[in-house]
Amino acid sequence: MQLIPMGFEVPNFTPAIPEIFLLAGACFVLLADLFVSDKNRFITYLMAQVVLLITAGLVLTNFGSETITTFSDMFVLDPMAQVLKVALILVTVGVFVYSRDYLRDRHMYRGEYFTLGLFAVLGMMIMVSAQTMLLIYLGLELLSLAMYALVAFKRDDGRASEAAMKYFVLGAIASGMLLYGMSFIYGITGSLHLAHISSYMSSNPVMQNVGLLLGLAFVIVGLGFKLGAVPFHMWVPDVYDGAPTSVTMFLGTAPKIAAFAMIIRLLAEGLGDMVQGWQQILAILAALSVVLGNIIAIAQTNIKRMLAYSTISHMGFVLMGILAGTQTGYAASMFYIITYAIISMGGFAVIIYLSKNGKEADQLDDLKGLSSTHPWVAFMMMLFLFAMAGVPPTVGFYAKLSVITAVVDVNLIWLAVLAVVMSVIGAYYYLRAIKLMYFDKPNEARNIETTFRNNEVEAYSTSVVNSSLDFTVLLSINGLAVLLLGILPGALMSLCLYAIQASL
Amino acid sequence: MAWGAFNMFDGYLLSVLIWLPILGGILTLFAGDNVAARPVALVVSVLTFGISLLLWTGFSPEGYQLQFVEIIPWIESFKINYSLGVDGISMPLILLNTFITVLIVLAGWEIIQTKPAQYMAAFLIMEGIINGVFAAQDAMLFYVFFEAMLIPMFIVIGIWGGDNRIYATIKFFLYTFFGSVFMLVSLIYMYTQAGSFNIADLHNVKLGLTPQILIFLSFLIAFGVKVPMWPVHTWLPDAHVQAPTGGSVILAAVMLKIGGYGFLRFSLPMVPDASAELAWLVIFMSLTAVVYIGFIALVQRDMKKLVAYSSIAHMGFVTLGFFVLYPILKNTGSTDGALMGLQGGMVQMMSHGFISGAMFLCIGVLYDRMHTREISAYGGVANRMPWFAGFFVLFAMANTGLPGTSGFVGEFMVILAGFKANFWIAFLAATTLIVGAGYTLWLVKRVIFGAVTNDEVSALTDINKREMFILSVLAIFVLLLGLWPEPLVHVMNDSLVHVIEQATTSKLVK
Repeated sequence: MQLIPMGFEVPNFTPAIPEIFLLAGACFVLLADLFVSDKNRFITYLMAQVVLLITAGLVLTNFGSETITTFSDMFVLDPMAQVLKVALILVTVGVFVYSRDYLRDRHMYRGEYFTLGLFAVLGMMIMVSAQTMLLIYLGLELLSLAMYALVAFKRDDGRASEAAMKYFVLGAIASGMLLYGMSFIYGITGSLHLAHISSYMSSNPVMQNVGLLLGLAFVIVGLGFKLGAVPFHMWVPDVYDGAPTSVTMFLGTAPKIAAFAMIIRLLAEGLGDMVQGWQQILAILAALSVVLGNIIAIAQTNIKRMLAYSTISHMGFVLMGILAGTQTGYAASMFYIITYAIISMGGFAVIIYLSKNGKEADQLDDLKGLSSTHPWVAFMMMLFLFAMAGVPPTVGFYAKLSVITAVVDVNLIWLAVLAVVMSVIGAYYYLRAIKLMYFDKPNEARNIETTFRNNEVEAYSTSVVNSSLDFTVLLSINGLAVLLLGILPGALMSLCLYAIQASL
Repeated sequence: MAWGAFNMFDGYLLSVLIWLPILGGILTLFAGDNVAARPVALVVSVLTFGISLLLWTGFSPEGYQLQFVEIIPWIESFKINYSLGVDGISMPLILLNTFITVLIVLAGWEIIQTKPAQYMAAFLIMEGIINGVFAAQDAMLFYVFFEAMLIPMFIVIGIWGGDNRIYATIKFFLYTFFGSVFMLVSLIYMYTQAGSFNIADLHNVKLGLTPQILIFLSFLIAFGVKVPMWPVHTWLPDAHVQAPTGGSVILAAVMLKIGGYGFLRFSLPMVPDASAELAWLVIFMSLTAVVYIGFIALVQRDMKKLVAYSSIAHMGFVTLGFFVLYPILKNTGSTDGALMGLQGGMVQMMSHGFISGAMFLCIGVLYDRMHTREISAYGGVANRMPWFAGFFVLFAMANTGLPGTSGFVGEFMVILAGFKANFWIAFLAATTLIVGAGYTLWLVKRVIFGAVTNDEVSALTDINKREMFILSVLAIFVLLLGLWPEPLVHVMNDSLVHVIEQATTSKLVK
C-alpha cells in the first residue's frame, strides 16, 4: 500500500517553514504553559519571544531569493512577504516586551496572552503569503479569532467585554462581506487563485461586468472594515478604548501590516486590472478617513480614543498610496504602514508606561507635566507625536511625503491637497498633547504619585511596579528609531520599493 | 592662518555649520542646568560663528555659481540628495544667523533661570537647522529644515514665553505648518515634472501657466506666512509678545528672512511667468503692510507688539523690492532698476536683522528690570539709564531709516526702484518714512525721555557690561552697514543679476 496516493506531489515545504515552525512553537508554548506556575510566567513569555525571534530568523534565511510558490500555488514567498513578515514579527516582539509590566500589574499575566498572540502572528503571516482568496480568508479568520479573545482578555471588565462584542460582531459582518464579494469574483472568474483571476481580468472587459464590480465593492467593504477606514470605522474607537492598552497596542500595529498585505494581494495582484474601479472607491474612503479621523480626534479627551481616530486618518494615508495603483505607490504605502506601526507602538508604550499602580493613564490630562516628571519619556512621546503629525525630521514626514508623491504622480492633486490640509488639522491635537507634556504643570494626582514614589518607595517596593529595564531600553530604541529613520529614511524606502518591484 | 583653517573644512564647511551647533546643542542638553550649559553653549556658538567667517573669506563674489558645494545621495528612491551650497544671497544670511545666535546665548545668560540647558540647546539646534535652510540646494532638504525649525521655536515660546504663550506658540506652529504644506504639494508636483528635487533642476523645468500660478500661490502662502505679509501676519505679534527675548530676536532677525529668501530662491526663478502675472498682488500686499501695518504700529501700547508690527512693515519693503522688478521691466525695459530693487530688498533683510534684533534686545533689557512691556509703565528712563538710552535712540533712529544707519540704505534703494516702476508705488512706500518715524519716535519719547514717571523707573539701573557688549556690537553693525554697504552689495550682486535673468526668462511650455 502506498503511503502517498498516486498523483499526489509532495509539496515544497521550504517557503512555509517559518509558519510551520511558528505553529509548532505556538502549540508547544500552549502546552508548556500548563506546567508553568503563575510565579514563573516569565518562562512562557520568554518561550514566546524565542519562538517569534526564531521565526523571524527563518524568514530571513532565504531573504533576497527568488519568488517561490508552493502548495499548488496557494502560498508564496516573495520579497514583499518576507519584509512584511519580519516587520510584523518584530513589532509583535516589541508589543510583548511592552505588555509584560502592564499585564503583571493587572493580573492578566497569563500564558494565553502570548499563545493567542502567536496564533495571531501565524494568521497574519498566512495572510501575507496567501495566493488564493480562500487562504487570505483563513489567515484573516485566524488573526481575528485570536484578536477577539485578546480584546476580551480582561473578562471581568465590562468595557473590555463590550469592546470585544462590538469587535466580534462587526468583524463577523466584515468577514461576511469579504466572503460575499469573493464568492462573486469566484463565480465569474471561476477561480480562487489570484493569478488566475488576474489573467481572467486582463483578457476580459472587466469594467463593464456588473457582477465583478459588485464583488469588488463587497471586497472593498470588507477590507475597509478590517483596516478601519471611514465609513467602516465605527468599531475602531470603541475597541481601542475598551481593550486593555497592551492589546490596543497590538491591534493597532501588526495587524495593520497584515491588512496592508491583504489589500495588496487582493486588489493589486488579483484585481489589478480593475484599478479604475477601486481607485475611485479607495480615493473616497481615503479622503473621508483623513477628514473624519483628524477632525473627530480633536474632540477627544481620552488619549486612546484620540489615537484611534488618528489611526483612522493614518489608514486614509495608507490607502492613498495603494489607490495610486503604481509600484511606487504600493511601496510608499508599505513604508507608511511599517513606520506607522513603529510610531504607534511607541505612542501606546508611553501610555502603558504611565499606567502604573493599577491606574489607567488613558486621559490626555495624564500627560500633564510629563516633561518635568519623566523628561526622557516625554521626549520620546514628543518624537512619536511629531512623527504622527508628519513633521520632519521624524520618519512620519517621509511616510507622508512618499504617499503624497504617489498620489500627485497619478494626478490626483485634489487628494494630495486635502491630505496635507488635514495633516495640519491633525497637527493641532498632537501639538495639544505635546503642550500638555511640556508646557503644563503636573496635575495633582501625578504629584501625589511622584511624592509617593519618592518617599515611600521602600515600604511599597513590593507593590509598586517600576518599569523593567527592557521596557525602557526598547522605548528608547523605538523613539530614536523614529528619529534616525527620519534622518536616514533612504534604506527602508529602497527596501520597500525593492520588495514591491520584485514581488508584483 | 584663516586659509589653513579653511582648508581644514574643505568640502564640508557647510555641513560643519549645520551639524556643529546641532551636536553642540545636544551636548548642552547633557551639560546640566547648573554647571556647564551656558559656557558650552557660548563656546559652540562662538565657534560656529568663527567657522562661518570662513564662508566670507573663502567666498568668491564673481559669478552666481554655488560655492562650498556638497552632494551626497540621501534618499535614493526619490533622488533626493543631501546637497548643500551657497551663493551671494544665502551666504550673508548664514553669517547673520551665526552672529545673532551668539548674541542670543549671551542675552539669555542670566535671564533664563528655568531649564537654561534646554533653552540654550533649543537655540543652538535652531541655529544649525536655519543654516541648513539657507544652505540646502535640494528642495526636499530645504523643506525638511524649513519644517524642523518649527519644533525648537515651538518649544522656546511654549516653555519660556509669557502668560499667553500656549495660544501664541500653537498659533505660530499651525500657521507656519499650514503655509508650508501647500509648498510641499507644489514641490512634489514639480518633482513629478522634473524628476528631481534638485533646486537647480526645478529652476529649469518647463511649466504651463496654470500650474505655475497654482505653484506661485502655494509659495506665496508658505513664504508670505513666514515673512509675514499682510494679511497672514497675525501670528507674528502674538508670537513676538509671548516669546522670550531670545525667541523674539531669532524670529525677527533671522526666521523672517527665510520667507524673503524663499521668494528669491523659489518663487522668482521657478515660476517666473506666474510671478510676472501676479507681481501686482505681492506689491499690493507689500504696500498694505508698509502703510496699514505702520498705522497699526502707531496705536500699540505694548512695546514688543509695536516693534513686531514695525517688523511687518519693514519686511513689506523686502517683498516690494523683490517684486517691483516686473513693473520696472515693463516700464523701462531695463534691468538696472530691478537690480536696485532686489539689492534694496536684500540689504533691508540684513539691516532689519540687526535693527529688529537690537530693538527686541533693548526691550528685553527693560523687561528684565521692570517685568512689563506696557509703554505707559515707563517714562524718563534716560534719567536712570543713560547708556541704555543712547543705544535705544540709535536703534530707534535706524528703525525709522535715518541716513547713516543701515535702515536707510535698504529702504532708500527700494523707494528709488519704486519710482522707476510707478510714482504711486514709491509714494506709498515713502510714507513709511513718516509713519515709521511717528511710531518709533513717539515710543522713544514716551519710554526714554521726559521726567521719571514712577518709583519703579527711578529704581532702574543702567545696563551691565554684558548688555553693553551685545548692544555695542549690534550698533557697530547698524552703522557699518549704513555707512558702507558696498561689501555686502558686492557679494550679492552676481547672484541677484542671475535671479533677475531667471525671473525674466519665460518657462512656459511651447
